[in-house]
Amino acid sequence: MPLLDIDKDKCIGCGACIDACPFGALSLVDDMVVVNDKCTGCGACLLACPMHALSLPEKLPLKMAGNLASYSGVWVWVEQFHGQTDGISVEMLGQGRKLADQRNVALTACVLGHHVEHIAKEAISFGADRVFLVDDESLSFYTTAPYASTLINLASEYKPEIFLLGASARGRDLAGSVASLLHTGLTADCTGFDIEPENGLLLQTRPAFGGNIMATIICPNHRPQMATVRYRVFEKPIADYQRQGQVIPIKAAMSVDRITAHVVESILEKDEVNLADARVIVAGGHGVGGPAGFETIRKLADVLDGAVGSSRSAVDAGWISYAHQIGQTGRTVRPDLYIACGISGQIQHLAGMKTSKVIVAINTNPDAPIFNIANYGIVGDLFEIVPALTKQFKKKLHK
Amino acid sequence: MNIIICIKQVPDTTNVKINPETNTLIREGISSIINPFDLYAIEEGLRLKEKFGGKVTVISLGPPQAINALKEAVGMGADEAIQLSDRAFAGSDSWATAYTLSLAIKKLGAFDIILCGKQAIDGDTGQVGPGIASQLGITQLTYVFKIIRVDPETGALTVERLLEEGREVVEAKLPALLTVVKDINQPRPTSLFHIRRASKLIIPTWTVADLPGADPSNLGLTGSPTQVIKIFSPPKHEGVLELIKADSVEESAAILADKIIAKKVL
Repeated sequence: MPLLDIDKDKCIGCGACIDACPFGALSLVDDMVVVNDKCTGCGACLLACPMHALSLPEKLPLKMAGNLASYSGVWVWVEQFHGQTDGISVEMLGQGRKLADQRNVALTACVLGHHVEHIAKEAISFGADRVFLVDDESLSFYTTAPYASTLINLASEYKPEIFLLGASARGRDLAGSVASLLHTGLTADCTGFDIEPENGLLLQTRPAFGGNIMATIICPNHRPQMATVRYRVFEKPIADYQRQGQVIPIKAAMSVDRITAHVVESILEKDEVNLADARVIVAGGHGVGGPAGFETIRKLADVLDGAVGSSRSAVDAGWISYAHQIGQTGRTVRPDLYIACGISGQIQHLAGMKTSKVIVAINTNPDAPIFNIANYGIVGDLFEIVPALTKQFKKKLHK
Repeated sequence: MNIIICIKQVPDTTNVKINPETNTLIREGISSIINPFDLYAIEEGLRLKEKFGGKVTVISLGPPQAINALKEAVGMGADEAIQLSDRAFAGSDSWATAYTLSLAIKKLGAFDIILCGKQAIDGDTGQVGPGIASQLGITQLTYVFKIIRVDPETGALTVERLLEEGREVVEAKLPALLTVVKDINQPRPTSLFHIRRASKLIIPTWTVADLPGADPSNLGLTGSPTQVIKIFSPPKHEGVLELIKADSVEESAAILADKIIAKKVL
């Protein structure tokens, strides 16, 4: 039985909901919309209906409403690797500061690791009022259990209202475990946050269905309201080293001998440029035609001190490794300059790069969707234009 | 080796196109498929079975037609399949999904390894795998790129995980839940032999009544801590396109280079 309720008195059979349904669960029978078992109750159709004829069942009344008021404060998990703070954590501290100010509460950073005291200071400079510093040998390398149990203990004791983690591999791994055991909601890969003025709830916005639609999600009856945050959608705050904050040392929850998973080797891929931090990205897509074509792309990237990106189709074709993939199933990037070469601009790709400051598109097809979001475009063969552009930049930038 | 694989049926959104005029989905011809990342989990499970013997059981939570995804998995070679389908499960978010799947896994009995895709392409959360592992209290290893060593006798397990800055080798113990990335293997197609078996195999559908200890307040829409309150089209990018069209490629390139330099983004 599908969850969707259709008010047959209100339905005018316009079919607007049919187009909105990602599952093909709706159809017209005798000028009336009917729903089949493909319906997952996602709600994509509700707003499409001009007659407000569609609804989903209301949730049950608040089951732990009495306890909610005891939760307060915004928390951020500060991710670090080998003593280096991850960029996403800095972005979240900036965003967390804004949310904390809106709620008029403190911003707390959770810094876990070994020999990471300097990161606690950094977190304060980026906006944290308080840092829980858990510096322990058991946390030298990230593994789920010791990190999750430490955060679960902290959250159970100090009861934050909002808890943000980065949507990195580690952040998603950790958040999934922590939220599950705290029995609370977790919204993945958020690209926007706001506070509902009436009830103070965190409004969490994220792309769904490959970036085709956006969904705003709340967690009304459970605390903390947890979310992972997508890379590069929020601006990095500027560090203020005069800022004062409180650093509270905390004991790790698990001793080394109780840990069952151990990182025994880290293999850094040094030749892979870090897309998330690149100021300039030159990306190639289907039009690049093969692995050799990416040499043309790389030459331009080198002149601009940029990184090489790729659309999914070029990765799927095996022309370049997944580490270069930008888009819904790859990285999200926000460089100052994004040059898309032979990329048509499928919605999934655009989802990963459309917040770039300046977008340049080079494509043979003047109707390619990439031109809709580009600031500058040249219609033509990338194998003529990209080398010419490389030459011009070499000359003009004196390289 | 007892291997459990959790799969999800999803709309084939990778082929979704957008109508640039109305900014809405063009969804003609969208079919339902096994979540592509789950195919790698199935393949990895089948390989483990081929190496160590045992049984591969696929389970899926979803509407009744998700049985087709299970049939396809059996068509690839899975031994058994269980469908979880009940109106009480409908509208589950990642927490409620993990809760329900973990109850079903408990009912299935002892297992060595659970495999999931790293995320589903419709929800893109990647949260159900860690959720199941936490509910079952077993080790989770996400984004697994390679199973280097597994020994069902001693329970030793070594995997390589794919992370932002590279890869890492992790040693752990069975039982464990692994979520796998796409580079781990090349999933096999269905075979005629297994498709025939799939057509004869009775795939049981478990409802809430079949899950001992299920707390109804933790199921479906009611049991989902998160709630979608608004769905909207992504805002259009405010890019105002300036097409550069000069007499020669050289000239176009020179103009473009000047404009980019003037933007002070280099």
